[in-house]
Amino acid sequence: MKYVWPVFKREFAGYFATPLAYVFIVIFLVAMGAFTFYVGHFYDNGIADLSVFFAYHPWLYLFLIPAIAMRLWAEERRTGTMELLLTLPVPLWATVLGKFLAAWAFAGVALALTFPIWLTVNFLGDPDNGVILASYVGSFLIAGGYLAIGACMSAATRNQVIAFVLSLFVCFLFTISGSPLVLDFFRDWAPLPLLNAISSFSFLTHFASITAGVIDLRDIVFFTSLIALFLTANVVIVDLKRSG
Amino acid sequence: MIATSGLTKRFGPIAAVSDLSLTVAKGEVLGFLGPNGAGKSTTMKMITGYLAPDHGSVNILGHDVETDGIAARQKMGYLPEGAPAYGDMTARQFLKFIAEVRGFHGGAANLKIDEAVAKTELAPVLDQTIETLSKGFKRRVGLAQAILHDPPVLIMDEPTDGLDPNQKHAVRNLIRAMAPQKAIIVSTHLLEEVEAICTRAVIIDKGRIVADGTPQDLLARSRYHNAVTLVLPPAQTEDVVAKLRALPQVASIEQANRADTSVEITAFPRKGAMLIEEIGALAVRETWDVKELYAEAGRLDDVFRSLTTHDAARARSAAT
Repeated sequence: MKYVWPVFKREFAGYFATPLAYVFIVIFLVAMGAFTFYVGHFYDNGIADLSVFFAYHPWLYLFLIPAIAMRLWAEERRTGTMELLLTLPVPLWATVLGKFLAAWAFAGVALALTFPIWLTVNFLGDPDNGVILASYVGSFLIAGGYLAIGACMSAATRNQVIAFVLSLFVCFLFTISGSPLVLDFFRDWAPLPLLNAISSFSFLTHFASITAGVIDLRDIVFFTSLIALFLTANVVIVDLKRSG
Repeated sequence: MIATSGLTKRFGPIAAVSDLSLTVAKGEVLGFLGPNGAGKSTTMKMITGYLAPDHGSVNILGHDVETDGIAARQKMGYLPEGAPAYGDMTARQFLKFIAEVRGFHGGAANLKIDEAVAKTELAPVLDQTIETLSKGFKRRVGLAQAILHDPPVLIMDEPTDGLDPNQKHAVRNLIRAMAPQKAIIVSTHLLEEVEAICTRAVIIDKGRIVADGTPQDLLARSRYHNAVTLVLPPAQTEDVVAKLRALPQVASIEQANRADTSVEITAFPRKGAMLIEEIGALAVRETWDVKELYAEAGRLDDVFRSLTTHDAARARSAAT
């Protein structure tokens, strides 16, 4: 922890030192509002819940999260601070974790700033706040999943655009792996257990079960192990590049 | 305090560093010289653990950099090439971050920062963001970061690159002042820097050590070592050259015209011979109209050129 904290602090403050944080938060909030009210017809539904609001989170994250993740490592490599960072007396896992947690906390701040919509729905009606809380937790977990993927992709290249496109692609695969688009590709030749495994990687499926109001241990385990997997890959990639 | 053994690193077909073994003791300031691309930076990156060597190992005060990296890096301060730092932080925030990572908090951190700031004369720009600083201040932020924890081992890749003569002088004084307590490696291609601060000079070429000695040892290898130069009006040149040639200790003579029409004559001694007294006496006896007369200790750039490969030649040999 003593290793993770300074890295986390620097990285987190780094978001707010540049316009990045403010641009991101504003666009995130505006997009959330636009989807909820115009695409999701929040008012017309006449139901006091936030299901339309949360339904768009994975899709919005798909573009916005790779945008925060892409700079995590690629920028350090480009500016040369990577050399400074990796020669400090901090274990590599702590640097990886600190950076990831900072980005995740930042995404959490953006998510928390959507609270007015929660106030609105409570003002207008009598929603199930348990479901809303579960949905927020689920949304935060999804953001963490995307971020871990993005961080890993960012470590693989010094070019931020490549990092963005790569993570967008991998995140997209994870998002829709339960959908016919992906499953049909495997259906003809892959054995059923593999098919089930692939569809169980779907962020949408896991997210749907959480937003239904049930925080199932399996969903939590899915997201945390996915994050752990990609952060481990992140450590391995950075370490491999040392030998390069 | 620093020991590398058999360090080797290849990038594709090119051996950047081959079987490099060095030890640096406390009190030594080792000047690491070589043409661009000779492997200086690669070696420093391996010593500090940023690059993993293909073969060989680095030991810092008993800690192996690969297997016991945290302990080794705690003992080290490192100024990487180009002095990278986080541009969006102020110098103070950046040094605070370094202090915390190195385990100093609160008052202890401030004390360490104040010391480093005083040594590198950073106080006037402490609250500016690093990206707005001049090259000289940026370099000194990098230096402050490297010496903040008063490490017993200090590795600096071109610490005075891009500094003006005043700043160079200040940095060299700082290095000299720290030298007795530390083992220091400084890479540079400024040869006067080696003479100014280093107790030992190592020249590498194509990843191998081609010379290792005190700056005086290296100067003694120069063909200018103990050579004597006279500056005279052109009219006397022929007579002087003839007389100098007659001296048994003179091996060869070169002459060059100066811009002000006077002529510069340099007499090179036979191995181990001293010429200055003899030539001085001769000039008095012959009443030559000598404007300048001096003996040289040697020229490092001359030694450097004779020991290392020109980059174009190196590129050719790498391509074949």
